[in-house]
Amino acid sequence: MKRSDWVKFIGRSLSAVMIMFGSQSVLAVQPFNMTKGVTDISQRVFDLHMLILYICFGIGILVFSVMFYSILKHRKSKGHKPATFHESASLEFIWTVVPFVILIAITIPATKVLIEMEDTTKADMTIKVTGYQWMWHYEYIDHDVNFYSALKTSRDEIYNREEKNPNYLLEVDNELVLPTDRKVRFLFTANDVIHAWWVPELAIKKDAIPGFINESWTNITKPGVFRGQCAELCGRDHGFMPVVVRAVEPEEFDQWIAERKGKANKNFAALENAQHTLANSN
Amino acid sequence: MEHAESNYYIPHGSYWPFVGSIALCSFMVGFSNLLNGASWGKWLMVVGGIILLVMLFGWFGAVIRESESGAYNEQVDVSFRWGMFWFIFSEVMFFAVFFGALFYARTYALPWLGGAGTGASTNIYLWPGFEAIWPQTANGPAAIGGEFKPMAAWGLPAINTAILLTSGVTITWAHHAMKANHRGQLITGLFLTVALGAIFIVCQAIEYYEAYNHLGLTLGSGVYGSTFFMLTGFHGMHVTIGAIILAVILVRCIFGHFKPEQHFAFEAAAWYWHFVDVVWLGLFIFVYWI
Amino acid sequence: MSTTAAEGHHADHPSGIMRWITTTNHKDIGTLYLWFAFIMFFVGGFMALIIRSELFQPGLQFVDPQFFNSMTTMHALIMVFGVVMPAFTGFANWMIPMMIGGTDMALPRLNNWSFWILPFAFTMMGSTLFMDGGGPAGGWTLYPPLTLQTGNALPFVVFAIHLMGMSSIMGAINVIATILNMRAPGMTLMKMPLFVWTWLITAYLLIAVMPVLAGGVTMLLTDKFFGTSFFNAAGGGDPVLFQHIFWFFGHPEVYILILPSFGVVSTIIPTFARKPLFGYSSMVYATASIAFLSFIVWAHHMFTVGMPLAGALFFMFATMLVAVPTGVKVFNWVCTMWRGAMTFETPMLFSIAFIILFTIGGFSGLMLALTPADFQYHDTYFVVAHFHYVLVPGSIFAIIAATYYWLPKWTGHMYNETLGKAHFWLSAIFVNITFFPMHFVGLAGMPRRIPDYALQFSDYNQIATIGAFGFGFAQLLFLWLVIQTIRGGAKTTDQVWEGAEGLEWTLSSPPPYHSFTTPPLIK
Ligand code: HEA
Ligand code: HEA
Ligand code: CUA
Ligand SMILES: [Cu+2]
Repeated sequence: MKRSDWVKFIGRSLSAVMIMFGSQSVLAVQPFNMTKGVTDISQRVFDLHMLILYICFGIGILVFSVMFYSILKHRKSKGHKPATFHESASLEFIWTVVPFVILIAITIPATKVLIEMEDTTKADMTIKVTGYQWMWHYEYIDHDVNFYSALKTSRDEIYNREEKNPNYLLEVDNELVLPTDRKVRFLFTANDVIHAWWVPELAIKKDAIPGFINESWTNITKPGVFRGQCAELCGRDHGFMPVVVRAVEPEEFDQWIAERKGKANKNFAALENAQHTLANSN
Repeated sequence: MEHAESNYYIPHGSYWPFVGSIALCSFMVGFSNLLNGASWGKWLMVVGGIILLVMLFGWFGAVIRESESGAYNEQVDVSFRWGMFWFIFSEVMFFAVFFGALFYARTYALPWLGGAGTGASTNIYLWPGFEAIWPQTANGPAAIGGEFKPMAAWGLPAINTAILLTSGVTITWAHHAMKANHRGQLITGLFLTVALGAIFIVCQAIEYYEAYNHLGLTLGSGVYGSTFFMLTGFHGMHVTIGAIILAVILVRCIFGHFKPEQHFAFEAAAWYWHFVDVVWLGLFIFVYWI
Repeated sequence: MSTTAAEGHHADHPSGIMRWITTTNHKDIGTLYLWFAFIMFFVGGFMALIIRSELFQPGLQFVDPQFFNSMTTMHALIMVFGVVMPAFTGFANWMIPMMIGGTDMALPRLNNWSFWILPFAFTMMGSTLFMDGGGPAGGWTLYPPLTLQTGNALPFVVFAIHLMGMSSIMGAINVIATILNMRAPGMTLMKMPLFVWTWLITAYLLIAVMPVLAGGVTMLLTDKFFGTSFFNAAGGGDPVLFQHIFWFFGHPEVYILILPSFGVVSTIIPTFARKPLFGYSSMVYATASIAFLSFIVWAHHMFTVGMPLAGALFFMFATMLVAVPTGVKVFNWVCTMWRGAMTFETPMLFSIAFIILFTIGGFSGLMLALTPADFQYHDTYFVVAHFHYVLVPGSIFAIIAATYYWLPKWTGHMYNETLGKAHFWLSAIFVNITFFPMHFVGLAGMPRRIPDYALQFSDYNQIATIGAFGFGFAQLLFLWLVIQTIRGGAKTTDQVWEGAEGLEWTLSSPPPYHSFTTPPLIK
């Protein structure tokens, strides 16, 4: 092939690839970084993430520039003669101590955030979350409300017989409704195998372990719908047990809970029977 | 490294290792099938076991013949020593896991279930009323395996401790006799060691019988039963293997093998025996006593 | 099986298949290990391609979710135990006796057994894919209670792991005995080539942690079949106990997979920079420190299980510390290149790519170590990106580099340099296309071990899948190159590489069947 043929070839392949991707998302850039989330903690976790990322970038650029400079200049083909040095106590000392200091420096803010994350005291309300294969069960301990929450996406969508909706795989029949501006404590456990309850916007990921209870808390700052997924392999339908949190203003929440109390646990049994929907598909 | 390498004995090709793999594989496939409910599995296990025995006879037979024909120089001897030493170390790590499980369950998991430390909500919401008391409630909040009585330290286990410690003395005596070329003492010492080992195994069997029939203590008695039988069971298995090895060495001594200055097989067996001894001390202290 | 001859003779070994089954020769056994690893790489890679195909688009297209999970599980078990570990053991077998001036490995018959257990173990494990209930599908980490839901496969997998453990332990014992006992006079510990050093330390790691894994899976077996309650809260146990056991093995295991790579790179860089390795003794100490630290960081895989605060903090600090000795290594390599006279043959190219891409993987490791941030990263594709960066352009690249570096010595033939370079560029480009986008989807919130995903993750997954196929097929070129070199090619000198130093290069190419029958003189 001539040079111009190559250019054409590459151009065509590139546009083919573009079209392929374009058909999915009309070339919109899909999210590629951690969310800042909607709580004070999630914001601070995001900051930590960016801090260590920049530190790694910095060190990386430094190390690789030295290396590439050497690769470009110190070549045999350029007639460079090899030096013979093979030791330097002071250099060794510096590059042991400096990273050490940098690392200690990062762990300080990390420790602070962690301590705060672990403090589940003084909560306004408590929710017990139980993982099942493959759905979640939520129990508003102080309100005598509880229900199951399972995937709502239809099998036709999953098996490509129907157009996928924008919340594909991230939608449930019963959302977990939470108030904003209140400290909510979670108790996580599971009924069969280990699951993990994860909502990125809340920066909470905690394992739900059968026979044990783990605790966590959140305080959501703005209303909205936040979607997450089970984050511990829990069997066949691990990919199909999303978490959806709907955060509403406290007044709305009070109203909701009062309403919900009336019909509490109504569709309990029905759901229990439906729990293996996906497992029985095909 | 002052030896000349050219004298290092490199054995010719050997099919024993391959036979050994077939043996292990048959045994394991048989066992797996048995566990999955296929009763023919046990016959495959038997076949595997027999092949394994043949392999051991063949392989060790070859090694013994090579050794007696003087093929092994001092450097080969050192290789064997390192080999045995690090093998025993790996065994130590194997036991360490089960000790680890015991410590973890006892000092961390159970108290958590009982509400200690951060475990308050676990206890309140999942296991109300459960109190973690070692060993009384070590079969967990659901009292898996039913009620049981723990094994008391100062009965048979204490006697067993004495037996094993004595056997450690007798084997050391035998070793001294070996070095001094006192064949009679050597054989007596070894014989006593093997006999003590056998008595130990018998006592252990009696203890298991007691546990199952009078104490209600079984492999299924929650985490107490699990750790108890895993630790003592694997230890018992090692005593059995050690006793068999020693018995083979005893036979070889009777046949006049070994020299006062070169008798690595004997020493390897002795090391193994001491290792089994020390593990028992750990068992006695952590499983039975405290 | 000869029992009378006191000395090993050279030429009278059986030929054909019996040669390979009965061999006690370190080079034959090394070759067996390497071919085994190579074949398993294609098997494990094939499974990765199944995974990637299913993930090409959202929705379920090709496989059932349960089968997908068992692909993930088997892919990892095969790659870790069937590819990287055997490959490095193969190099150890070939090179350690030659590097330290020994005749052979210290315990040749045991050496044969270490290898000949493996095909049986992997046949047992692979056969579970055809059983009732399918293969193991609980992830390579085998966490209970999920793994206890495995069908008929469970005992087979447990026993296969026992066999792999035995193989590794015996192999490691052999390496230690060889290094401690077979060195030529004058080859002091601090004169040993770095590859030998890293293997010595790796062997210690193996002996210390493989029995731990064996014990752990044994408990799985008894929990499932004999009514024990190790991992059952109702009986006073704890599922998390298994995780502690697994990772006490698992973290040192990942250094088992990388330390020999460090050794390889530390051997190759000086050769092509024509300059001695910078900071030899600090390299040795760094390796030892990494090995030591690897025992006290395991719970960084378990930050989300709900540990006491003090525990989380301890494991975060300890994990971060690993970056210090690892950094020392990276800096030493760069300083070895600095002011050298470099040429860029294929082994060097792979080594340079190793340094860069491994460091990137190390950086993401460091990010994972930051506990609060790990709550967001954990069990997402960010972790998958991290460990593939350290494993594929890490361990696998080091294995490829070592193959190019030593193959001419082993066969006496030079490989085709042009094709080698083509293999490099294809690999280096496609490996990044495969694994870099995984950082993005991971951060954006895609969990790992799922056969289907939400729409916002689709672009990066498509790119990754394309990359995976490209990378996979580039390896066919590698296979072809290796075969071609074995069968013929330009003759090489004994030294092969202009800058190569060490005892192995004083032997002929290909080297004699028994390496040093009389010990060489060490300056
Ligand atoms: C070869 C294998 C290998 C290697 C070498 C590493 C190296 C490291 N790994 Fe990785 N890791 C894995 C294989 C490996 N890992 C695997 C397989 C998993 C997932 C298992 C599973 O769940 O299935 C995993 C998961 C994993 C986790 C758990 C993530 C999670 O599940 O949530 C963590 C968390 O701390 C971690 C951390 C690290 C760190 C800190 C290093 C460090 O050793 C890295 C050190 C290196 C550097 C940092 C780069 C070079 C250094 C410098 C240039 C110096 C200066 C730098 C600074 C001061 C920033 N790894
Ligand atoms: C050394 C270890 C190693 C190596 C080399 C690899 C190599 C690769 N891995 Fe793997 N991987 C792991 C270790 C490794 N992996 C581990 C530990 C896990 C975690 C498992 C778990 O979660 O439990 C994992 C999980 C894992 C996942 C996540 C699965 C999930 O979470 O569900 C993915 C997804 O893309 C993946 C992809 C790949 C790809 C594309 C390669 C490529 O580099 C492979 C390239 C090679 C080939 C593609 C072979 C080429 C062959 C051909 C082209 C010929 C065709 C075939 C025949 C002729 C039969 N791996
Ligand atoms: Cu529930 Cu994964
Ligand atoms: Cu780790």
